[in-house]
Amino acid sequence: MGLLDRLTRRAAPVAPLVADLRAALSDDRVRVDGAERALMAKDASVFGGGVAGPTCFPTSTEEVQAIMRVAARHDAAVVPRGAGTGLAGGAIPLGAPIVVSTGKMNRILEVDEANGVVWVEPGVINLDLSRHLRPLGYHFAPDPSSQAVCTLGGNVANNSGGPHCLAYGVTDAHVAAVEVVLADGEVVMLGGLEAEPAGYDLRGAFVGGEGTLGIATRIAVRLTRNPPAVRTLLLSFAAVRDAAETVSAIIAAGIVPAALEVMDQRITVAVENFVSAGYPVDAAAVLLAEIEGLDDGVDIDAARIEEIGRANGATDVRRAGSDHERELLWKGRKTAFGAIAQLAPDYYLHDTVVPRSALADVLEQVYEIADRHGVVVMNVFHAGDGNLHPLLLFDAREDGTLERVHAAGAEILRASLAAGGVLSGEHGVGVEKQRFMDELFTDADLDHQNRLRRAFDPACRANPGKVLPMGHSCADIQALRSVPTEVWG
Amino acid sequence: MSTLTVTDPVLHEFAAEVGAEGPVAVAGGRTRWAVGGALDPDARVVSAPAGIVAYSAPEMTVQVRAGTTVAELAAELSTHGQRTALPERGGTVGGAVAVGENPVDVMGRGRLRDAVLQVRYVSAEGELVTGGGPVVKNVTGYNLPKLMTGSLGTLGLMVEFVLRTNPVPAASRWLSSADADPTASLATVHRAADVRWDGVTTWVLLEGHGPDIEADSARLRDLAGFAEVDGPPPLPPHRWSLRPADALGLPARTTGTTVVSVGVGLAWSDEAQPQRVVDAGVGAVAARVKHSFDPTGRLNPGRRVGG
Repeated sequence: MGLLDRLTRRAAPVAPLVADLRAALSDDRVRVDGAERALMAKDASVFGGGVAGPTCFPTSTEEVQAIMRVAARHDAAVVPRGAGTGLAGGAIPLGAPIVVSTGKMNRILEVDEANGVVWVEPGVINLDLSRHLRPLGYHFAPDPSSQAVCTLGGNVANNSGGPHCLAYGVTDAHVAAVEVVLADGEVVMLGGLEAEPAGYDLRGAFVGGEGTLGIATRIAVRLTRNPPAVRTLLLSFAAVRDAAETVSAIIAAGIVPAALEVMDQRITVAVENFVSAGYPVDAAAVLLAEIEGLDDGVDIDAARIEEIGRANGATDVRRAGSDHERELLWKGRKTAFGAIAQLAPDYYLHDTVVPRSALADVLEQVYEIADRHGVVVMNVFHAGDGNLHPLLLFDAREDGTLERVHAAGAEILRASLAAGGVLSGEHGVGVEKQRFMDELFTDADLDHQNRLRRAFDPACRANPGKVLPMGHSCADIQALRSVPTEVWG
Repeated sequence: MSTLTVTDPVLHEFAAEVGAEGPVAVAGGRTRWAVGGALDPDARVVSAPAGIVAYSAPEMTVQVRAGTTVAELAAELSTHGQRTALPERGGTVGGAVAVGENPVDVMGRGRLRDAVLQVRYVSAEGELVTGGGPVVKNVTGYNLPKLMTGSLGTLGLMVEFVLRTNPVPAASRWLSSADADPTASLATVHRAADVRWDGVTTWVLLEGHGPDIEADSARLRDLAGFAEVDGPPPLPPHRWSLRPADALGLPARTTGTTVVSVGVGLAWSDEAQPQRVVDAGVGAVAARVKHSFDPTGRLNPGRRVGG
């Protein structure tokens, strides 16, 4: 069957699909109104082109399974959706698929201390989980900037990171088991609570699958113990290069802090205007370093970081003197993107990783590239693991601006690849970076990724048109995005 | 050209040797040769090339060919005060990743699968394939390194890795007590690298800064009279994988010696663990994975992963 036949077949039987979904859930939890579908058509990325089909709000694994079975019967595509905070367009519905919101599956099910995990539903909000665990002495380590709204299901789909993943690892290091509804409606438990579950590591393959391998309905997340002692240092520098070289030197000295974040002056000025977090606005860059452990050890590491910073040109080193001061500094770091909204109507946040020793050089290229394209760039990033986040500011209403932003972005990606890096450290590929995939991977590499994807979803019905570039089967479905919005009535 | 294109001629030679036809198996040090069941005797046995390709201590990554011995890699890393999550019990790097077992001191070194940043393997079609990437953080595309770790070479014959390395802690110390609650012992200290319990005696490995080890040692002394020892006795031969809570009941359920890795769920016993079963639904996905990576079943025929 050709693509156009599939398109026609999928677009035609509108009413029966909605009726079957409503029979499986309830009338009020399958929505087809324009407002709901307009909301579901976009995520936090700059990408358009999304067209949502019926939006479902299941409350259980069984209901997700029922949706998947209806979808299979109608040969309809399905896109899972958490809070829609993704920045690579992973949640954008292509070709009017069924959208499965996990918003009503938001229960924290069971804290199992004896096995070191907590079971959650996918709609649980990241920060809510850590707040729930705090009195028990635990937290969930990955802490993306969007943690006050983003969901665990989204974290699993994107293998999300955050500042504190430097020492603790990104989401896949914190997921012991995940219950998944596959595109054919089968429910499988991937991984397990045993030390080393038997069989292929399908859990590890699923995490970061961007919703193309099925929908997570229950997740066993590892409990991370809260540290007894924390030290937070703020180092100021007269040049961004000095901050980057300090980061390399700290890692080279064998210190693995909990977090190592760099912010350039444009960011600190914006943040200070926004929340008065206590960042110096006269420094070209600041390095926020956090160490966790026991009292003596964190003091030893803090002293060494200060020493390394001063040897690399730090003009000032300040230690957070109280929890309040520390929380303010982190609030400033995590609201950086909100602060930017004050400066320009639009921004495009990039995400690449380079070897830590290449940070200083690649950063210089980033500034040069942005200048050449006449785009304002700011840098705030997870320096400790080489994860760059150049932030391009623009006004989309100005003619030709978006084109210049995309041209600059492409050059930044290529500079990162040329330095021995990769396309994404934590945002994923989505629709954003598909066309760059073959600049990192060979055809054989991509073919094998496609084999993995097809083993989970042979019919390409789970979030089609994402991750793999055109030419690899499940990506070709992208043409579906032209389906007219009227078809759902 | 793709930046991950393989240029190392040694890898291309190995791919040519594997070829595209006929049953083929890979041998490392044969230290875990029985894992996964008997190999089809018709399979041609090849060995992956050895050698450390690139080691950047400041970057905390090492690029190493699969045939390199774990001991050689460990010796090289230790000259820069670093180590990996590979279990140091002989054999080759490729064999260790193919089997996928964690080191005994997994709480200190980390899980093996979290340390495999990039994997290169020869496919059933005889092509070189790269999964993952050479940097410490990466979500670009599907996670082939996770799939390959513990796959016993049934999806591709692994030939090279980029592994995450970590600093060797400044100090370490074993303590033991014959009168301790093992779970309470683990909870008392901030960061134990290894806690073992044989049903009577508890051993705790502390790692980190000297003063921190002193502080945790004092807590253990107060808890149950822990005292410093050279180390725990050798482990019994049979490795078990259980839920952490279930593993604590194992010494009482087995005869002979059984040692539990507390908080982890691994155990070692004179008795062997009964065959584990993979759920049918998961098995169906696994079978599709195997078929799509190795349609003719030529890679390490006879080996079964899990169940």
